[in-house]
Amino acid sequence: MHELSLAESVMQIIQESATTQHFRRVTRITLEVGELAAVEADALRFCFDAVSNGTIAEGAALHITPISGLGRCNACGATMSMRERYGLCEQCGDPHLEIIAGDRMQVKELTVE
Amino acid sequence: MCGTCGCGKGEVLIAGKRPQRFASSAPTRFRAVAKPSPASFKVEQVEQRLIHIERDLFAKNDALAAENRRLFATRDILALNLVSSPGSGKTTLLVRTLQLLKDKFPLAVIEGDQQTENDAERIRATGVRALQINTGKGCHLDASMIARALPQLELETGTLLFIENVGNLVCPAGFDLGEAAKVVVLSVTEGEDKPLKYPDMFRAARLMLLNKCDLLPYLNFEVELAISNARRVNPDIEIIQLSATSGAGMDEWLGWLHHASTHN
Ligand SMILES: Nc1nc2c(ncn2[C@@H]2O[C@H](COP(=O)(O)OP(=O)(O)OP(=O)(O)O)[C@@H](O)[C@H]2O)c(=O)[nH]1
Ligand SMILES: [Mg+2]
Ligand SMILES: [Zn+2]
Repeated sequence: MHELSLAESVMQIIQESATTQHFRRVTRITLEVGELAAVEADALRFCFDAVSNGTIAEGAALHITPISGLGRCNACGATMSMRERYGLCEQCGDPHLEIIAGDRMQVKELTVE
Repeated sequence: MCGTCGCGKGEVLIAGKRPQRFASSAPTRFRAVAKPSPASFKVEQVEQRLIHIERDLFAKNDALAAENRRLFATRDILALNLVSSPGSGKTTLLVRTLQLLKDKFPLAVIEGDQQTENDAERIRATGVRALQINTGKGCHLDASMIARALPQLELETGTLLFIENVGNLVCPAGFDLGEAAKVVVLSVTEGEDKPLKYPDMFRAARLMLLNKCDLLPYLNFEVELAISNARRVNPDIEIIQLSATSGAGMDEWLGWLHHASTHN
């Protein structure tokens, strides 16, 4: 889903950091991608290659750390891992599960020169 | 361009014009930054360092959406984000809805499509203001497009604003526009399994409109199965069955709108 606009956002964050943190080249990018964020890692790599071409991040290694989905039951308060954005509580069977981790994506670290 | 959904860099047009900040698309701007000349690496030892960024990629859209939401609140505007796969009947439904509400509410529509002004023209034929956003190759509307469209609509207090998103059951789910609620339209020709195949969208919606119910006698579509699938991914989703062409179920939909506008 919309990996190209996400790749452009990554590039924009890199560009803004280059101005504030004074670097001229990026060699490694660490991203955290939630397993429930509907982001396809391969598509993201493909798109990032395209948007970083000819920039300070051209050729940088893209390291993607998956973050597991975690939910909390609104009925009984139990927390449990989630592989989909919906499901039933493992403890009480209630369907009102709130996602508390694994649905975001962030630029974590950059290795720069 | 994008391997998964075909979204791409195409030009965004609001009311046929290129908005200023879109004019230089991001990749071009990145390219303007000087690349270090390879020669310099040979002479100086380049020092590598690790910097912590920890910036959320959805944060920017979420912040802009929150601003839109604040603006809607100050003017008592109910904004609804209509989402569906292409051709489920969003524009047909809107045209009929606008005709019925024209004398009761101030109304406005933002139309999102990759190309053409067709849908905005269909809306304008009812006498209601409509602004077309063309997303080019983009597969969804985002909060910044709405923020830039709003001043052009000059919405008065109490307006009911419908935003028809790009026909796509995947990407629009992840982009908050600042709306009060997402309304997902599922037409009976699409199959009962769509809520399970595209759970993010049905999970994000407050209301599901099951459209084209006039066609049920000709199809093997099990309404109860579609409803239970939708409730599996979103136990609280409200559901209205209707037909935008025959008008069946429109009363219930108008009732929902009335309730939503008074409890906004
Ligand atoms: N039988 C029947 N046809 C409908 C109904 N609603 C819409 N249609 C038809 O479905 C087709 C698509 O309708 P649109 O209103 O253009 O659908 P849309 O969701 O706006 O399409 P996009 O904006 O392209 O995603 C048209 O031929 C409509 O006449 C309905 O309730 N019953
Ligand atoms: Mg339409
Ligand atoms: Zn529980």
